[in-house]
Amino acid sequence: MSPRISREEVEHVARLARLALSEEEKAGMGEELSSILAYIDQLRELDTSDVEPTSHAIPMVNVMREDEVRPSYPVDAMLQNAPEREGDLVRVPKIIEE
Amino acid sequence: MEPSTLTIHEARRKLRAGELGAEALIRSYLARIDAINPKLGAYLTVTRDSALARAQAVDRRIAKGEPLGPLEGIPLAIKDVICTKGVPTSCGSKILTGFIPPYDATVILRLQAAGAVILGKTNMDEFAMGSSTENSAFFPTRNPWDLDRVPGGSSGGSAAAVAGDLCAGALGTDTGGSIRQPAALSGVVGLKPTYGRVSRYGLVAFASSLDQIGPLTKDVRDAALLLEAIAGHDPLDSTSADRPIPDYQAVLGEGIEGLRIGVPEEYFVEGMDREVEDAVTEAIRVLEKLGARVERVSLPHTKYAVATYYLIAPAEASSNLARYDGVKYGLRAPGGKDLIQVYGRTRAGGFGPEVKRRIMLGTYALSAGYYEAYYGKAQRVRTLIKRDFETAFGKVDLIVTPTSPSAAFRLGEKTADPLEMYLSDIFTISANLAALPAISIPCGFTPRGLPIGLQLIGRALDEATLLRGAHAYEQATDWHRRRPPLAGTGT
Repeated sequence: MSPRISREEVEHVARLARLALSEEEKAGMGEELSSILAYIDQLRELDTSDVEPTSHAIPMVNVMREDEVRPSYPVDAMLQNAPEREGDLVRVPKIIEE
Repeated sequence: MEPSTLTIHEARRKLRAGELGAEALIRSYLARIDAINPKLGAYLTVTRDSALARAQAVDRRIAKGEPLGPLEGIPLAIKDVICTKGVPTSCGSKILTGFIPPYDATVILRLQAAGAVILGKTNMDEFAMGSSTENSAFFPTRNPWDLDRVPGGSSGGSAAAVAGDLCAGALGTDTGGSIRQPAALSGVVGLKPTYGRVSRYGLVAFASSLDQIGPLTKDVRDAALLLEAIAGHDPLDSTSADRPIPDYQAVLGEGIEGLRIGVPEEYFVEGMDREVEDAVTEAIRVLEKLGARVERVSLPHTKYAVATYYLIAPAEASSNLARYDGVKYGLRAPGGKDLIQVYGRTRAGGFGPEVKRRIMLGTYALSAGYYEAYYGKAQRVRTLIKRDFETAFGKVDLIVTPTSPSAAFRLGEKTADPLEMYLSDIFTISANLAALPAISIPCGFTPRGLPIGLQLIGRALDEATLLRGAHAYEQATDWHRRRPPLAGTGT
């Protein structure tokens, strides 16, 4: 049957999802995810061993085009939404540890 | 008669006949928005100045006898998940605070090319995740038929704006029912086109294999008009269908004599409100009287649709929403000492509870050790659901069901239990999983005066038959002519 989502699992998944959840949120999330997964568990009734997965219900094909230089949006317009910028760059805190 | 009550096709005729000016039409809506939007909460942004300027330009074109677009001068509202150049686009979320798109979505360019005037951006559940518009980070939208009740969601702002005569028509988006369910709860027409019929370029992604843009309107003819304007292949969306767009308006009058309509037994089971069941049963009798051949069909995997959806949609969402990291646009939480901390704090502070829940659920379903058991399983069940429809559409041309198991519920009624909220999409989700077009049209009212919606589902890319069936029913009834008692609220 559906596993109860432990606190460690909540913390692990939150880390993967880059969500710095509060202690209160972690507690609630474990409960809610467990209850949703218990409902989802009914899918196990179905034997799908011979069924192909569907990622898109309409058949999809790769769309190719010539690799030609085309005008793009101006750099300045695209950077206007950045919370912090420096010249033509987006500024962020340091990434590499010292 | 107030111009704001007109349908798109009526306003179009009056504009062309010189009986109504485009500016007068816009001013009628702006006055109504000023009076009623504070109570309704349908709009997040009203683009007053650009709408007036645009309407004045339309009046000049008409005066000069210049050729007019099919939607020339028609005032429309746009769900705030669709990018509009120079106009804030929030997705109902705090995480996009301050975001102003540098480009227009393809649907916006197409509406403008057809002559439409954008009145503003409408409220929604954050990132289109919800069924009541209570998950908006700003304020809830209220149902024009009863201000203590929700308009449905996630396109609740668009539905309420159409129902309350705060626009002539609107665009919404539908990932699991987010056009049709609010249309049903607010008493308007809502059409989800076939996946790929309408370009998603410039639509902020929630679940990319399910999302589709479509119209919310006062009648079926208006839905056909708007679909015609926005549908069609777009090189900027590789999933958009490269198929011709029929003349949808031309098929409306054809009637439904001999059309085969299927009633799936799985949609008439426990959990549905009696008044909804009665209204839908009566609607099926009307379709039969109009000459349709009604027969039973079976969609045996219906009961698994919600569970399937709540794996696939959150999985895709968890990937799509990874881009909100405080770097390129929107909110950035202060004080992060390194980039990882900036990500975590920005996302924890910027997303609301339902969005976090779905990101967690999706990340879990995709994580190592669970991928095949959850996401992989859901994709296989999706195949079974799709096959159900293929079998049914071998026998019938349309499928008829209720849109939602109940009429509009009260604000706060379903917010405590996420699963209960999810189940309000139980009848709409399958069409998204199978990529099929579906429409909700008004089919009655509860004794308290709340609207009830009838859903028709069609074959892939066959919106023409869908609109024909919906129009025949609509013209034989007068539910769509009723207006909410809002009129006395200040105009």
